[in-house]
Amino acid sequence: MKLEELLERALAGDHLAISRVISRVEYPSKEGAWLLSKLLARAGQAHVIGITGAPGSGKSTLIARLIEKYRGERRKVAVVAVDPSSPFTQGALMGDRIRMQRFATDPGVFIRSFATRGERGGISTAALLTVEVFDGLGYDKILLETVGVGQVDVDIMHAAHTIIVVTAPGAGDEIQALKAGLMEIGDIYVVNKSDRPGATETLKQLEFAIEGGIFKSRTGWKPIALKVSAALGEGIGDLIEIIERHLTYMSEAGLVKRRVEERRIHALKSMILWLVENKIDELLSRPEGSSLVKDVIDGRIPVYTAALKLLKLI
Amino acid sequence: MGRGTDILGGEAEIPIRKRIKVLVAKLGLDGHDRGAKVVARALRDAGMEVVYTGIRQTPEQVVNAALQEDVDVVGISILSGAHMALVPRVLELLREKGLEDVIVVVGGIIPSDDIPKLKAMGVKEVFIPGTPLNTIIEFIRRSVAAKRGEMG
Repeated sequence: MKLEELLERALAGDHLAISRVISRVEYPSKEGAWLLSKLLARAGQAHVIGITGAPGSGKSTLIARLIEKYRGERRKVAVVAVDPSSPFTQGALMGDRIRMQRFATDPGVFIRSFATRGERGGISTAALLTVEVFDGLGYDKILLETVGVGQVDVDIMHAAHTIIVVTAPGAGDEIQALKAGLMEIGDIYVVNKSDRPGATETLKQLEFAIEGGIFKSRTGWKPIALKVSAALGEGIGDLIEIIERHLTYMSEAGLVKRRVEERRIHALKSMILWLVENKIDELLSRPEGSSLVKDVIDGRIPVYTAALKLLKLI
Repeated sequence: MGRGTDILGGEAEIPIRKRIKVLVAKLGLDGHDRGAKVVARALRDAGMEVVYTGIRQTPEQVVNAALQEDVDVVGISILSGAHMALVPRVLELLREKGLEDVIVVVGGIIPSDDIPKLKAMGVKEVFIPGTPLNTIIEFIRRSVAAKRGEMG
Protein backbone atom coordinates (compact mmCIF):
# COMPACT_ATOMS: atom_id res chain seq x y z
CA MET A 1 0.00 0.00 0.00
CA LYS A 2 1.28 3.46 -0.85
CA LEU A 3 1.94 5.79 2.06
CA GLU A 4 -0.58 8.37 0.88
CA GLU A 5 -3.26 5.70 0.74
CA LEU A 6 -2.25 4.32 4.13
CA LEU A 7 -2.57 7.77 5.67
CA GLU A 8 -5.91 8.37 4.00
CA ARG A 9 -7.30 5.11 5.30
CA ALA A 10 -5.98 5.80 8.79
CA LEU A 11 -7.64 9.20 8.74
CA ALA A 12 -10.88 7.50 7.72
CA GLY A 13 -10.64 5.40 10.89
CA ASP A 14 -9.47 2.08 9.43
CA HIS A 15 -7.86 0.25 12.36
CA LEU A 16 -5.47 -1.80 10.25
CA ALA A 17 -4.14 1.35 8.61
CA ILE A 18 -3.84 3.12 11.96
CA SER A 19 -1.91 0.18 13.37
CA ARG A 20 0.48 0.16 10.41
CA VAL A 21 1.01 3.92 10.70
CA ILE A 22 2.00 3.53 14.35
CA SER A 23 4.38 0.68 13.49
CA ARG A 24 6.13 2.84 10.92
CA VAL A 25 6.42 5.69 13.39
CA GLU A 26 7.53 3.75 16.46
CA TYR A 27 10.80 2.65 14.88
CA PRO A 28 12.51 5.59 13.15
CA SER A 29 12.19 5.33 9.39
CA LYS A 30 11.73 7.56 6.38
CA GLU A 31 8.18 6.36 5.94
CA GLY A 32 7.47 7.06 9.60
CA ALA A 33 8.98 10.52 9.31
CA TRP A 34 6.77 11.33 6.35
CA LEU A 35 3.62 10.06 8.07
CA LEU A 36 4.51 11.89 11.25
CA SER A 37 5.08 15.16 9.42
CA LYS A 38 1.58 14.94 7.95
CA LEU A 39 -0.02 14.01 11.26
CA LEU A 40 1.86 16.58 13.33
CA ALA A 41 0.34 19.25 11.13
CA ARG A 42 -3.11 18.05 12.19
CA ALA A 43 -2.33 17.34 15.85
CA GLY A 44 -2.82 19.61 18.84
CA GLN A 45 -6.57 19.14 19.27
CA ALA A 46 -6.80 16.07 21.50
CA HIS A 47 -7.05 16.07 25.26
CA VAL A 48 -4.17 13.95 26.54
CA ILE A 49 -4.77 12.48 29.97
CA GLY A 50 -1.81 10.94 31.77
CA ILE A 51 -2.43 8.17 34.24
CA THR A 52 0.46 7.33 36.51
CA GLY A 53 1.06 5.65 39.86
CA ALA A 54 2.78 2.76 41.54
CA PRO A 55 2.51 -0.79 40.19
CA GLY A 56 -0.76 -2.38 41.23
CA SER A 57 -2.53 0.89 42.07
CA GLY A 58 -5.19 0.13 39.48
CA LYS A 59 -4.27 2.38 36.55
CA SER A 60 -5.49 0.03 33.83
CA THR A 61 -8.77 -0.72 35.58
CA LEU A 62 -9.35 2.99 36.04
CA ILE A 63 -8.64 3.60 32.36
CA ALA A 64 -11.23 0.98 31.42
CA ARG A 65 -13.78 2.98 33.43
CA LEU A 66 -12.79 6.22 31.73
CA ILE A 67 -13.14 4.57 28.32
CA GLU A 68 -16.61 3.40 29.29
CA LYS A 69 -17.72 6.90 30.25
CA TYR A 70 -16.17 8.61 27.24
CA ARG A 71 -17.71 6.08 24.88
CA GLY A 72 -21.04 6.85 26.49
CA GLU A 73 -20.45 10.43 25.30
CA ARG A 74 -19.54 9.11 21.84
CA ARG A 75 -15.98 10.35 22.06
CA LYS A 76 -13.18 8.60 20.20
CA VAL A 77 -10.68 7.21 22.69
CA ALA A 78 -7.10 6.05 22.23
CA VAL A 79 -5.02 4.36 24.89
CA VAL A 80 -1.23 4.36 24.85
CA ALA A 81 -0.06 1.96 27.55
CA VAL A 82 3.59 1.65 28.53
CA ASP A 83 5.14 -1.30 30.34
CA PRO A 84 8.78 -1.82 31.30
CA SER A 85 11.29 -3.73 29.22
CA SER A 86 13.64 -6.02 31.10
CA PRO A 87 17.06 -4.42 31.46
CA PHE A 88 18.58 -7.88 31.07
CA THR A 89 16.80 -9.34 28.05
CA GLN A 90 15.07 -6.26 26.57
CA GLY A 91 11.94 -8.37 26.51
CA ALA A 92 8.66 -7.11 27.94
CA LEU A 93 5.41 -8.54 29.21
CA MET A 94 2.60 -6.09 28.59
CA GLY A 95 -0.61 -6.75 30.44
CA ASP A 96 -2.40 -3.42 30.54
CA ARG A 97 -4.85 -4.52 27.86
CA ILE A 98 -6.27 -7.26 30.07
CA ARG A 99 -8.50 -4.78 31.89
CA MET A 100 -9.54 -3.07 28.68
CA GLN A 101 -10.19 -6.00 26.38
CA ARG A 102 -13.95 -5.57 26.51
CA PHE A 103 -13.40 -2.52 24.31
CA ALA A 104 -11.30 -4.44 21.78
CA THR A 105 -14.25 -4.72 19.43
CA ASP A 106 -15.37 -1.10 19.75
CA PRO A 107 -14.44 0.78 16.55
CA GLY A 108 -14.22 4.02 18.55
CA VAL A 109 -11.45 2.73 20.81
CA PHE A 110 -7.86 1.98 19.86
CA ILE A 111 -5.42 0.52 22.38
CA ARG A 112 -1.71 0.15 21.77
CA SER A 113 0.93 -1.21 24.15
CA PHE A 114 4.57 -0.15 24.29
CA ALA A 115 7.66 -1.43 26.04
CA THR A 116 10.07 1.15 27.42
CA ARG A 117 13.00 -0.37 25.46
CA GLY A 118 15.53 0.87 27.96
CA GLU A 119 14.16 4.39 28.24
CA ARG A 120 13.62 5.90 31.66
CA GLY A 121 11.04 8.31 32.99
CA GLY A 122 7.97 6.06 32.85
CA ILE A 123 7.03 6.61 29.21
CA SER A 124 8.93 6.21 25.96
CA THR A 125 9.70 8.11 22.79
CA ALA A 126 7.64 5.69 20.73
CA ALA A 127 4.69 6.25 23.06
CA LEU A 128 5.05 10.03 22.75
CA LEU A 129 5.12 9.85 18.96
CA THR A 130 2.07 7.60 19.04
CA VAL A 131 0.25 10.26 21.04
CA GLU A 132 0.96 12.63 18.14
CA VAL A 133 -0.36 10.02 15.70
CA PHE A 134 -3.66 9.59 17.56
CA ASP A 135 -3.95 13.34 18.00
CA GLY A 136 -3.39 13.88 14.28
CA LEU A 137 -5.96 11.19 13.48
CA GLY A 138 -8.63 13.06 15.38
CA TYR A 139 -9.03 11.10 18.59
CA ASP A 140 -10.77 13.18 21.28
CA LYS A 141 -9.28 11.65 24.40
CA ILE A 142 -5.86 10.04 24.54
CA LEU A 143 -5.19 8.12 27.73
CA LEU A 144 -1.48 7.71 28.31
CA GLU A 145 -0.67 5.10 30.93
CA THR A 146 2.85 5.10 32.36
CA VAL A 147 4.69 2.08 33.68
CA GLY A 148 4.15 1.38 37.35
CA VAL A 149 6.38 4.19 38.51
CA GLY A 150 8.59 5.09 41.41
CA GLN A 151 8.92 8.57 42.84
CA VAL A 152 10.98 10.12 40.08
CA ASP A 153 9.43 8.79 36.89
CA VAL A 154 7.72 12.03 36.06
CA ASP A 155 8.14 12.48 32.30
CA ILE A 156 4.38 12.22 31.95
CA MET A 157 4.23 15.83 33.21
CA HIS A 158 5.55 17.00 29.84
CA ALA A 159 3.32 14.78 27.76
CA ALA A 160 -0.22 15.11 29.12
CA HIS A 161 -2.62 18.01 29.66
CA THR A 162 -4.18 16.47 32.72
CA ILE A 163 -2.19 14.27 35.06
CA ILE A 164 -3.88 11.75 37.28
CA VAL A 165 -1.78 10.16 40.01
CA VAL A 166 -3.38 6.92 41.16
CA THR A 167 -2.68 5.64 44.63
CA ALA A 168 -4.23 2.98 46.80
CA PRO A 169 -4.97 2.78 50.54
CA GLY A 170 -2.01 1.82 52.63
CA ALA A 171 0.47 3.25 50.17
CA GLY A 172 2.34 4.81 53.05
CA ASP A 173 1.92 7.55 55.62
CA GLU A 174 2.09 11.22 54.81
CA ILE A 175 5.88 11.20 54.90
CA GLN A 176 5.66 9.32 51.63
CA ALA A 177 3.28 11.91 50.32
CA LEU A 178 5.73 14.70 51.03
CA LYS A 179 8.44 13.20 48.91
CA ALA A 180 9.47 15.03 45.82
CA GLY A 181 8.72 13.78 42.36
CA LEU A 182 5.58 11.84 41.60
CA MET A 183 3.62 13.58 44.32
CA GLU A 184 4.38 16.98 42.84
CA ILE A 185 3.02 16.46 39.37
CA GLY A 186 -0.60 15.47 39.84
CA ASP A 187 -3.53 17.63 38.85
CA ILE A 188 -5.84 14.99 40.27
CA TYR A 189 -4.97 12.46 42.97
CA VAL A 190 -7.12 9.37 42.90
CA VAL A 191 -7.32 7.11 45.92
CA ASN A 192 -8.38 3.94 44.15
CA LYS A 193 -9.83 0.84 45.83
CA SER A 194 -11.98 3.06 48.03
CA ASP A 195 -13.77 0.01 49.35
CA ARG A 196 -10.64 -1.03 51.19
CA PRO A 197 -9.78 -0.01 54.74
CA GLY A 198 -7.60 3.06 55.03
CA ALA A 199 -8.95 4.81 51.92
CA THR A 200 -10.36 7.73 53.90
CA GLU A 201 -7.08 8.15 55.80
CA THR A 202 -5.09 8.18 52.57
CA LEU A 203 -7.49 10.73 51.11
CA LYS A 204 -7.13 12.92 54.21
CA GLN A 205 -3.34 12.81 53.96
CA LEU A 206 -3.49 13.86 50.35
CA GLU A 207 -5.93 16.65 51.13
CA PHE A 208 -3.70 17.79 53.96
CA ALA A 209 -0.76 17.97 51.60
CA ILE A 210 -2.81 19.90 49.04
CA GLU A 211 -4.27 22.31 51.61
CA GLY A 212 -0.86 22.86 53.16
CA GLY A 213 0.45 23.89 49.79
CA ILE A 214 2.85 20.96 49.75
CA PHE A 215 1.49 19.80 46.43
CA LYS A 216 1.93 22.82 44.26
CA SER A 217 1.02 22.67 40.65
CA ARG A 218 3.10 24.38 37.96
CA THR A 219 0.00 25.83 36.39
CA GLY A 220 -1.61 27.42 39.41
CA TRP A 221 -4.34 24.79 39.42
CA LYS A 222 -5.09 23.54 42.90
CA PRO A 223 -4.86 19.75 42.81
CA ILE A 224 -7.96 17.78 43.78
CA ALA A 225 -7.97 14.47 45.62
CA LEU A 226 -10.85 12.01 45.52
CA LYS A 227 -11.71 8.41 46.29
CA VAL A 228 -12.89 6.01 43.61
CA SER A 229 -13.29 2.31 43.18
CA ALA A 230 -12.36 1.50 39.62
CA ALA A 231 -13.23 -2.15 40.13
CA LEU A 232 -16.73 -1.33 41.38
CA GLY A 233 -17.20 1.70 39.15
CA GLU A 234 -17.73 4.09 42.04
CA GLY A 235 -16.72 7.74 41.92
CA ILE A 236 -15.97 7.66 38.19
CA GLY A 237 -18.58 10.29 37.34
CA ASP A 238 -16.96 12.69 39.82
CA LEU A 239 -13.54 11.96 38.38
CA ILE A 240 -14.71 12.67 34.83
CA GLU A 241 -16.24 15.92 35.99
CA ILE A 242 -12.96 17.01 37.63
CA ILE A 243 -10.98 16.02 34.52
CA GLU A 244 -13.23 18.23 32.40
CA ARG A 245 -12.94 21.06 34.90
CA HIS A 246 -9.17 20.79 34.68
CA LEU A 247 -9.25 20.85 30.89
CA THR A 248 -11.38 23.99 31.02
CA TYR A 249 -8.87 25.55 33.40
CA MET A 250 -5.96 24.69 31.12
CA SER A 251 -7.76 25.98 28.11
CA GLU A 252 -8.79 29.28 29.76
CA ALA A 253 -5.24 29.78 31.00
CA GLY A 254 -3.99 29.26 27.46
CA LEU A 255 -1.99 26.24 28.56
CA VAL A 256 -3.36 23.56 26.23
CA LYS A 257 -1.18 24.60 23.34
CA ARG A 258 1.77 25.19 25.65
CA ARG A 259 1.59 21.58 26.85
CA VAL A 260 1.61 20.34 23.27
CA GLU A 261 4.78 22.36 22.71
CA GLU A 262 6.28 20.92 25.87
CA ARG A 263 5.37 17.41 24.73
CA ARG A 264 7.20 17.94 21.45
CA ILE A 265 10.28 19.39 23.11
CA HIS A 266 10.29 16.41 25.42
CA ALA A 267 9.90 13.99 22.52
CA LEU A 268 12.86 15.67 20.84
CA LYS A 269 15.04 15.34 23.92
CA SER A 270 14.08 11.76 24.56
CA MET A 271 14.62 10.87 20.91
CA ILE A 272 18.15 12.27 21.11
CA LEU A 273 18.85 10.28 24.27
CA TRP A 274 17.46 7.18 22.67
CA LEU A 275 19.55 7.56 19.54
CA VAL A 276 22.67 8.28 21.56
CA GLU A 277 22.04 5.24 23.70
CA ASN A 278 21.61 3.11 20.62
CA LYS A 279 24.91 4.41 19.29
CA ILE A 280 27.01 4.23 22.46
CA ASP A 281 28.01 0.59 22.21
CA GLU A 282 28.93 0.89 18.57
CA LEU A 283 30.93 4.02 19.34
CA LEU A 284 32.81 2.48 22.25
CA SER A 285 33.80 -0.51 20.14
CA ARG A 286 35.30 1.65 17.38
CA PRO A 287 39.10 2.18 17.65
CA GLU A 288 38.82 5.87 18.73
CA GLY A 289 36.18 4.90 21.24
CA SER A 290 37.89 1.88 22.68
CA SER A 291 41.20 3.68 23.17
CA LEU A 292 39.41 6.39 25.14
CA VAL A 293 37.69 3.71 27.19
CA LYS A 294 41.10 2.23 27.96
CA ASP A 295 42.38 5.65 29.04
CA VAL A 296 39.42 6.03 31.38
CA ILE A 297 39.86 2.55 32.86
CA ASP A 298 43.53 3.19 33.48
CA GLY A 299 42.81 6.58 34.97
CA ARG A 300 44.84 8.51 32.37
CA ILE A 301 41.91 10.64 31.24
CA PRO A 302 39.13 11.84 33.52
CA VAL A 303 35.60 10.70 32.72
CA TYR A 304 34.54 14.29 31.96
CA THR A 305 37.11 14.75 29.25
CA ALA A 306 36.54 11.37 27.68
CA ALA A 307 32.77 11.83 27.65
CA LEU A 308 33.02 15.18 25.88
CA LYS A 309 35.42 13.74 23.32
CA LEU A 310 33.11 10.78 22.71
CA LEU A 311 30.07 13.00 22.29
CA LYS A 312 31.83 14.70 19.42
CA LEU A 313 32.32 11.37 17.72
CA ILE A 314 28.62 10.56 17.69
CA MET B 1 7.29 7.63 -1.21
CA GLY B 2 7.60 10.78 -3.31
CA ARG B 3 8.60 13.82 -1.28
CA GLY B 4 10.15 13.52 2.07
CA THR B 5 13.00 11.30 0.95
CA ASP B 6 15.37 13.63 2.77
CA ILE B 7 13.15 13.89 5.79
CA LEU B 8 15.75 12.23 8.02
CA GLY B 9 18.19 14.96 7.06
CA GLY B 10 20.17 12.82 4.67
CA GLU B 11 20.53 10.07 7.25
CA ALA B 12 20.08 6.55 6.06
CA GLU B 13 17.45 4.58 7.93
CA ILE B 14 18.39 4.61 11.59
CA PRO B 15 19.43 1.03 12.25
CA ILE B 16 17.36 -0.14 15.18
CA ARG B 17 16.39 -3.76 15.29
CA LYS B 18 12.66 -4.34 15.42
CA ARG B 19 11.78 -6.56 18.34
CA ILE B 20 9.54 -9.56 17.88
CA LYS B 21 6.05 -8.77 19.14
CA VAL B 22 3.74 -11.59 20.22
CA LEU B 23 0.16 -11.66 21.41
CA VAL B 24 -0.55 -14.43 23.90
CA ALA B 25 -4.27 -15.07 24.14
CA LYS B 26 -6.48 -17.40 26.11
CA LEU B 27 -9.33 -18.33 23.83
CA GLY B 28 -12.67 -19.61 25.04
CA LEU B 29 -14.26 -20.27 28.36
CA ASP B 30 -11.61 -22.08 30.35
CA GLY B 31 -9.88 -19.89 32.89
CA HIS B 32 -6.67 -21.86 33.30
CA ASP B 33 -3.96 -19.49 32.24
CA ARG B 34 -0.96 -20.95 34.03
CA GLY B 35 0.43 -22.33 30.78
CA ALA B 36 -0.20 -19.15 28.84
CA LYS B 37 1.58 -17.11 31.51
CA VAL B 38 4.56 -19.47 31.61
CA VAL B 39 4.93 -19.21 27.84
CA ALA B 40 4.44 -15.42 27.90
CA ARG B 41 7.18 -15.07 30.50
CA ALA B 42 9.52 -17.36 28.58
CA LEU B 43 9.05 -15.31 25.42
CA ARG B 44 9.73 -12.13 27.37
CA ASP B 45 12.89 -13.67 28.79
CA ALA B 46 13.89 -14.51 25.23
CA GLY B 47 13.80 -10.77 24.48
CA MET B 48 10.39 -10.54 22.84
CA GLU B 49 7.67 -7.99 23.50
CA VAL B 50 4.65 -9.93 24.66
CA VAL B 51 1.12 -8.61 24.97
CA TYR B 52 -1.08 -10.72 27.20
CA THR B 53 -4.81 -10.23 26.92
CA GLY B 54 -6.10 -12.30 29.82
CA ILE B 55 -8.60 -15.13 30.03
CA ARG B 56 -11.93 -15.85 28.34
CA GLN B 57 -11.32 -14.04 25.09
CA THR B 58 -13.51 -14.31 22.03
CA PRO B 59 -11.94 -14.74 18.57
CA GLU B 60 -13.05 -11.17 17.76
CA GLN B 61 -11.27 -9.75 20.80
CA VAL B 62 -8.10 -11.69 20.07
CA VAL B 63 -7.96 -10.67 16.43
CA ASN B 64 -8.73 -7.01 17.14
CA ALA B 65 -6.00 -6.93 19.77
CA ALA B 66 -3.56 -8.49 17.29
CA LEU B 67 -4.58 -5.87 14.75
CA GLN B 68 -4.20 -2.88 17.08
CA GLU B 69 -0.89 -4.13 18.45
CA ASP B 70 0.46 -5.07 14.99
CA VAL B 71 2.04 -8.26 16.30
CA ASP B 72 4.20 -10.68 14.36
CA VAL B 73 2.76 -13.72 16.10
CA VAL B 74 -0.49 -14.72 17.77
CA GLY B 75 -0.09 -17.52 20.31
CA ILE B 76 -3.39 -19.08 21.28
CA SER B 77 -3.67 -21.11 24.45
CA ILE B 78 -6.70 -23.34 24.64
CA LEU B 79 -7.50 -26.16 27.03
CA SER B 80 -11.24 -26.43 26.83
CA GLY B 81 -11.50 -28.68 23.78
CA ALA B 82 -13.21 -26.01 21.73
CA HIS B 83 -10.20 -25.47 19.49
CA MET B 84 -11.81 -26.89 16.35
CA ALA B 85 -14.57 -24.31 16.69
CA LEU B 86 -12.60 -21.28 17.87
CA VAL B 87 -9.24 -21.49 16.12
CA PRO B 88 -10.74 -21.58 12.59
CA ARG B 89 -12.75 -18.50 13.50
CA VAL B 90 -9.56 -16.68 14.53
CA LEU B 91 -7.90 -17.61 11.24
CA GLU B 92 -10.93 -16.51 9.27
CA LEU B 93 -11.09 -13.15 11.06
CA LEU B 94 -7.36 -12.60 10.58
CA ARG B 95 -7.81 -13.10 6.85
CA GLU B 96 -10.91 -10.95 6.77
CA LYS B 97 -9.06 -8.07 8.41
CA GLY B 98 -6.00 -8.27 6.20
CA LEU B 99 -3.76 -9.97 8.76
CA GLU B 100 -3.01 -13.13 6.81
CA ASP B 101 0.73 -12.62 7.32
CA VAL B 102 0.45 -12.95 11.11
CA ILE B 103 1.97 -16.24 12.31
CA VAL B 104 -0.50 -18.26 14.37
CA VAL B 105 0.63 -20.91 16.83
CA VAL B 106 -1.58 -22.91 19.18
CA GLY B 107 -0.72 -24.42 22.53
CA GLY B 108 -2.73 -26.59 24.85
CA ILE B 109 -4.46 -29.93 25.03
CA ILE B 110 -4.95 -30.73 21.36
CA PRO B 111 -5.69 -34.35 20.32
CA SER B 112 -3.11 -35.57 17.81
CA ASP B 113 -5.82 -36.11 15.17
CA ASP B 114 -6.65 -32.43 15.22
CA ILE B 115 -3.08 -31.18 14.77
CA PRO B 116 -2.85 -31.81 11.00
CA LYS B 117 -6.33 -30.34 10.57
CA LEU B 118 -5.36 -27.15 12.36
CA LYS B 119 -2.16 -26.90 10.35
CA ALA B 120 -4.07 -27.40 7.11
CA MET B 121 -6.25 -24.45 8.08
CA GLY B 122 -3.24 -22.20 8.50
CA VAL B 123 -1.95 -22.73 12.03
CA LYS B 124 1.82 -22.66 11.73
CA GLU B 125 2.57 -24.99 14.63
CA VAL B 126 0.84 -26.71 17.54
CA PHE B 127 2.59 -27.12 20.89
CA ILE B 128 1.20 -29.81 23.16
CA PRO B 129 1.87 -30.07 26.91
CA GLY B 130 5.45 -31.01 27.62
CA THR B 131 6.91 -29.06 24.70
CA PRO B 132 10.19 -27.50 25.90
CA LEU B 133 9.93 -23.71 26.09
CA ASN B 134 13.03 -23.43 23.97
CA THR B 135 11.31 -25.24 21.13
CA ILE B 136 8.57 -22.61 21.14
CA ILE B 137 11.05 -19.72 21.36
CA GLU B 138 13.20 -21.05 18.54
CA PHE B 139 10.18 -21.76 16.35
CA ILE B 140 8.92 -18.21 16.75
CA ARG B 141 12.35 -16.69 16.12
CA ARG B 142 12.82 -18.71 12.95
CA SER B 143 9.34 -18.04 11.63
CA VAL B 144 9.50 -14.30 12.23
CA ALA B 145 12.99 -14.08 10.70
CA ALA B 146 11.76 -15.94 7.63
CA LYS B 147 8.72 -13.70 7.34
CA ARG B 148 10.81 -10.54 7.63
CA GLY B 149 13.27 -11.92 5.12
CA GLU B 150 16.11 -11.89 7.63
CA MET B 151 18.76 -14.57 7.89
CA GLY B 152 17.44 -17.15 10.33
